[in-house]
Amino acid sequence: MAEMLYQRDVYGKALVELGKINRDIVVFDADLSGSTRTSLFAKEFPERFFNFGVAEQNMMATSAGMSSCGKTVFVSTFAMFATGRAWDQVRNSVVYNNFDIKIVATHAGVTVGPDGASHQALEDLAIMRVLPNMNVVVPCDGPQTREAVMAAANTRGPFYIRLGRSKFLTIENKGEFKLGKAQVLKDGKDVTIIACGIMVEAALEAADNLGKKGISSRVINMHTIKPIDKDVIIEAAKNTSGIVVCEEHTVIGGLASSVDEIVSENCPAKVLRIGVKNRFGQSGEPSELLKEYNLTAEDIEKSALSIVS
Amino acid sequence: MEATKDTAILEKKAKKIRSLIIQMLDKAGSGHPGGSLSATDMITALFFSVMRHDPANPHSLNRDRFHISKGHCCPLLYAVLAECGYFSKDELWKLRKLGCLLQGHPDRRTPGIDVASGSLGQGLSVGLGMSLALKMDKKDYRVYVLMGDGEIQEGNIWEAAMAAAHYKCDNLCGILDYNGYQIDGKTKDVMNLEPISDKWRAFGWHTVLIDGHNMKEIVAAYREAESMKGKPTIIIGKTIKGKGVSFMENVVDFHGRAPTKEETDRALKEIGE
Ligand SMILES: Cc1ncc(C[n+]2csc(CCOP(=O)(O)OP(=O)(O)O)c2C)c(N)n1
Repeated sequence: MAEMLYQRDVYGKALVELGKINRDIVVFDADLSGSTRTSLFAKEFPERFFNFGVAEQNMMATSAGMSSCGKTVFVSTFAMFATGRAWDQVRNSVVYNNFDIKIVATHAGVTVGPDGASHQALEDLAIMRVLPNMNVVVPCDGPQTREAVMAAANTRGPFYIRLGRSKFLTIENKGEFKLGKAQVLKDGKDVTIIACGIMVEAALEAADNLGKKGISSRVINMHTIKPIDKDVIIEAAKNTSGIVVCEEHTVIGGLASSVDEIVSENCPAKVLRIGVKNRFGQSGEPSELLKEYNLTAEDIEKSALSIVS
Repeated sequence: MEATKDTAILEKKAKKIRSLIIQMLDKAGSGHPGGSLSATDMITALFFSVMRHDPANPHSLNRDRFHISKGHCCPLLYAVLAECGYFSKDELWKLRKLGCLLQGHPDRRTPGIDVASGSLGQGLSVGLGMSLALKMDKKDYRVYVLMGDGEIQEGNIWEAAMAAAHYKCDNLCGILDYNGYQIDGKTKDVMNLEPISDKWRAFGWHTVLIDGHNMKEIVAAYREAESMKGKPTIIIGKTIKGKGVSFMENVVDFHGRAPTKEETDRALKEIGE
């Protein structure tokens, strides 16, 4: 059986690791430290953990003041509130100042499940990606979450790291993790599937099924949305007959838009989008919701087939 | 910096600062005189008599911090920083011009500015972050945050107020420029703030109500804030918007408009620096 992990468990443990080696690491949360797992850091380093209560705007702007005094601040809450509620603070206090602040948000996407639309951030990548200076990373599984957090800690400047709520299947043999460098998980020549986060698993499954039909597909894990790996996109647009982009996010402004921008400027090719199409989320079990919003391997396969046929 | 205890010297400095503000805005052709002039006395006293800072070492970790939360009043801060020697006065005359050191609202490219501002309501949080960092590092430095009265209508301010009391940030001192006006008119008509001292006290702050143009009261208020243990202090300075230039005093129009040439001459004559 392949391993299934909560990205947030991995995150909490990574914070503790970081806390031990770097005394300037500080962690903030807004009354969700149990869910985001910053509670692990809080237990180990109470003097370097601050809970702000249900006050995300204050938490975000406070991280700016803290960082101006030489600290690296990890700020966590749900993706909806980190990006939506506090966007002005993120823009004007965190990112405009180019501070060493890492926003690590959990509970992104429809797989939040029963809590429904109010808690299912589907726009966060779009509104973080538009900010100058900002780095945006979407790890595809547990182990990659640790790599992303470590890379962010070792790279000065603001980051947005997007994590899910549910368990993620660990993807084997991804190769080295480098910020801004996509991972080609499977090479192929007919069609390319670019995915991030939880959609990587579905992309690989779709590729397997396509293989059984004699279609060779390339699968790319685009863990860094910004700065995006242009070369791998251009290469795919040139040498395969089209690209399917998969994200657990609105198709407006996130990964699909990032790929579109590169493709249309460099080598126009067909790009089909698997993502949430101008809708809000709703209650349900994660697997049901992935079906309801056409975010399954089957949906990816269909899009890929429409490109090659 | 060598601090002065002499209020007459501070009053003279404040005249100089007011004069620089007017000249700067005249050359820029736009900007915010009203709230710059109302806070001039409190901020002049802070930089020349209270804060421990070194204009030659603006990035030192060992110094008091000042954050201008009401960023539109940066002409005041720029004049004060230039007068302290953070950068050449020549820079003042390039305010708001392409490629300039002194942006229309505070930016970190300016020596002496740690954190940008301009979007109101975030600065008390910024000061809170500084205060928590200094406390965590066991550094005995203080943090001052200038806020506008209209500005504190923002909810973020009260989130920060609650948190600063919760974390017993006695190294944090808020300065409220209570000039009674915002863009659309009097604060009491647009969105009433009273009872103002009660509000801050209810949030766990020590409050000091002063005449924000009286140097003796201003300096005494800063000293009182320094001695307060276990809670943050807010100095509520009753001020006059546009203070020091008769035709700008309590005139809403001068919230965000530069003086004309003729108005500049009259203003400078009145200030008589
Ligand atoms: C979040 C935000 N909303 C609106 C503005 C536009 N604005 C600039 S100054 C101002 C009024 C501020 O009034 P006050 O804080 O009393 O400033 P002062 O009178 O001291 O100049 C407004 C609404 C802004 N800069 N930021």
